[in-house]
Amino acid sequence: MSILAELQRRFGDAIVETHEHRGDLTGVVARDALLAVLAHCRDDAALAFDVLMDLTAVDYLKFPGREDGPRFEVVYHLYSIARNHRLRLKVRLDEDDPRVPSAVAIWPIANWLEREAWDMFGVRFEGHPDPRRLLLYEEFVGHPLRKDYPINRRQPLIGPAS
Amino acid sequence: MAETTRREFMLGEGSGTGSGPQNVHVGIGPAHPAMHGIIRITTELDGEVIVGADVEIGYLHRAFEKDCEHGGWNNAIPYTDRLNYVSPLINNFGYASAVEKLLGIDITERCKYIRVIMSEISRVCDHLTCVGASAMELGAFTVFLYMIKAREFLWELVEDVTGARLTISYGRVGGVKADLPAGFGDKVVHAFKETREVLDEVHRLLTGNRIFMDRMVGVGALSREETIGYAITGPLLRAVGVPYDVRRAQPYYVYERLQFEVPTQQDGDNYSRYLVRMAEMEQSMRIVEQALAAIPAGPVNVDFAGRPIDPASYVDQGKQGKTEGLLLVPLTLSPNLEGQQRAALRRVNVADKRVVLPPKENAYGSIEGLMNHFMLIMEGYGIQPPPGEAYFAVEGANGELGFYVVSDGGDRPYRVRCRPPCLPPMAALHRMIKGEMVGDLIPTFGSVNMIGGELDR
Repeated sequence: MSILAELQRRFGDAIVETHEHRGDLTGVVARDALLAVLAHCRDDAALAFDVLMDLTAVDYLKFPGREDGPRFEVVYHLYSIARNHRLRLKVRLDEDDPRVPSAVAIWPIANWLEREAWDMFGVRFEGHPDPRRLLLYEEFVGHPLRKDYPINRRQPLIGPAS
Repeated sequence: MAETTRREFMLGEGSGTGSGPQNVHVGIGPAHPAMHGIIRITTELDGEVIVGADVEIGYLHRAFEKDCEHGGWNNAIPYTDRLNYVSPLINNFGYASAVEKLLGIDITERCKYIRVIMSEISRVCDHLTCVGASAMELGAFTVFLYMIKAREFLWELVEDVTGARLTISYGRVGGVKADLPAGFGDKVVHAFKETREVLDEVHRLLTGNRIFMDRMVGVGALSREETIGYAITGPLLRAVGVPYDVRRAQPYYVYERLQFEVPTQQDGDNYSRYLVRMAEMEQSMRIVEQALAAIPAGPVNVDFAGRPIDPASYVDQGKQGKTEGLLLVPLTLSPNLEGQQRAALRRVNVADKRVVLPPKENAYGSIEGLMNHFMLIMEGYGIQPPPGEAYFAVEGANGELGFYVVSDGGDRPYRVRCRPPCLPPMAALHRMIKGEMVGDLIPTFGSVNMIGGELDR
């Protein structure tokens, strides 16, 4: 728990919640402090999280007990090559304001991973240099990994650009 | 608008569109033989030098993560086959291990060894395909044929164990589908002998070959800082001298008991990546040989009396009330179910009725077994991990293959996220090819070993 305790000591209320489950350390971060926490995680010598292993989102719209809570979580999986430890950080976002600051300036890989999260969940990454969809095409309507996107929805046919 | 004269266009003289030097935009792909599937790279060329590139992916997107949410936990296994379709076994095991972590269960010793053996065979197949295809694109067609020949021997092993070559669906949450077939060890010895001969030949053909080195050395290099910043793992990270390998850093299954090296190179160019992959194949074969020597045998056909009978007469006996000792009678199963007999299934699967299907004898022959089977198959029942989340990483052929699973306590995954190991190098591809010649795009793209199924999911 030392990583989480250290983050809590340094950032106080900005670390909303922490838990350890099946050996995975998880911290929930307030959105305003996200970039500061991520930058600290990368630059602090004791943490040294130099790799952003994964960035994704989860839509909690239909999760039992969380239907009314913040709808989205953006999940950052960090790994440190030097220290050989992992950390999961999460940001909770409301349905009507799904925006987080972009982490592209901290890790360049965030560019594509954030594009994918925007594509699939409609989460806006503010300050992203290239906010296009990654896997789907620009004319696609909606964000398919949202829980209210039906799996059998058809998309309108698009023709060649005129 | 006046027509641009040839002189204006070529030399940039005069007014109009031809003023100043102009870069040419060339689209490569999506349907290009060297694009290994479907990728579009829009390049901006100054003469033959790439000054900028935009990589466009998603042509093979088939909603893997969405599909996983619409079936039981085990129903996602066939979808994972189609992620990295050159080494599907590793994907199976990675996903199954993530769910096992969420469930908090530990698989049997024999199953751990089987997963290690099959993962490493897959890794060799993957590297053979990658190196062979890259060499072919540089004109070394012989190498491609040799390596595909070696891969064929290994795929026969995979076929022996799983019953399929590509879409193997062999992993299960809590174990694997079936035990290893009889005589598997001898077949491995033979296949590895052939593979080593091929690797030896390829070494003599490529490593040190003037044409090959001219195209590979110093091409497509990426600095150590950028490689880490782009979260690149696997052979590409080890080619810049970072010895990160999930099998070594955070050992899973039985890797901590097995002796193997993590090969590294320093330069980070295509040639370094080639050398790392060639060295890793030998290490993988070493691992398989050690695992086969150490695999716990487990009892075969213990305390069974009498000859095997077929399922129909087994059911008849039960109907007639002749149930005494019936559960211990071995059954002749259809060849499709070979390796799933009671004894074999116990060796390779967790003894947890909430997770693993009962042996086929029990499902056919007893009401408890049948109920157990139905409880796992019926909608609304099945495997139900407690609410929570887990991230599990295995060393895929291209790097860290991670699965992040979220459960709401139901019988379907709430969310399955795959961290595809070849997405980070593709995100960095425009950095690797910038400033290189157009022709160098091909070996660089080949060394990334883009696998469309995994990249686009």
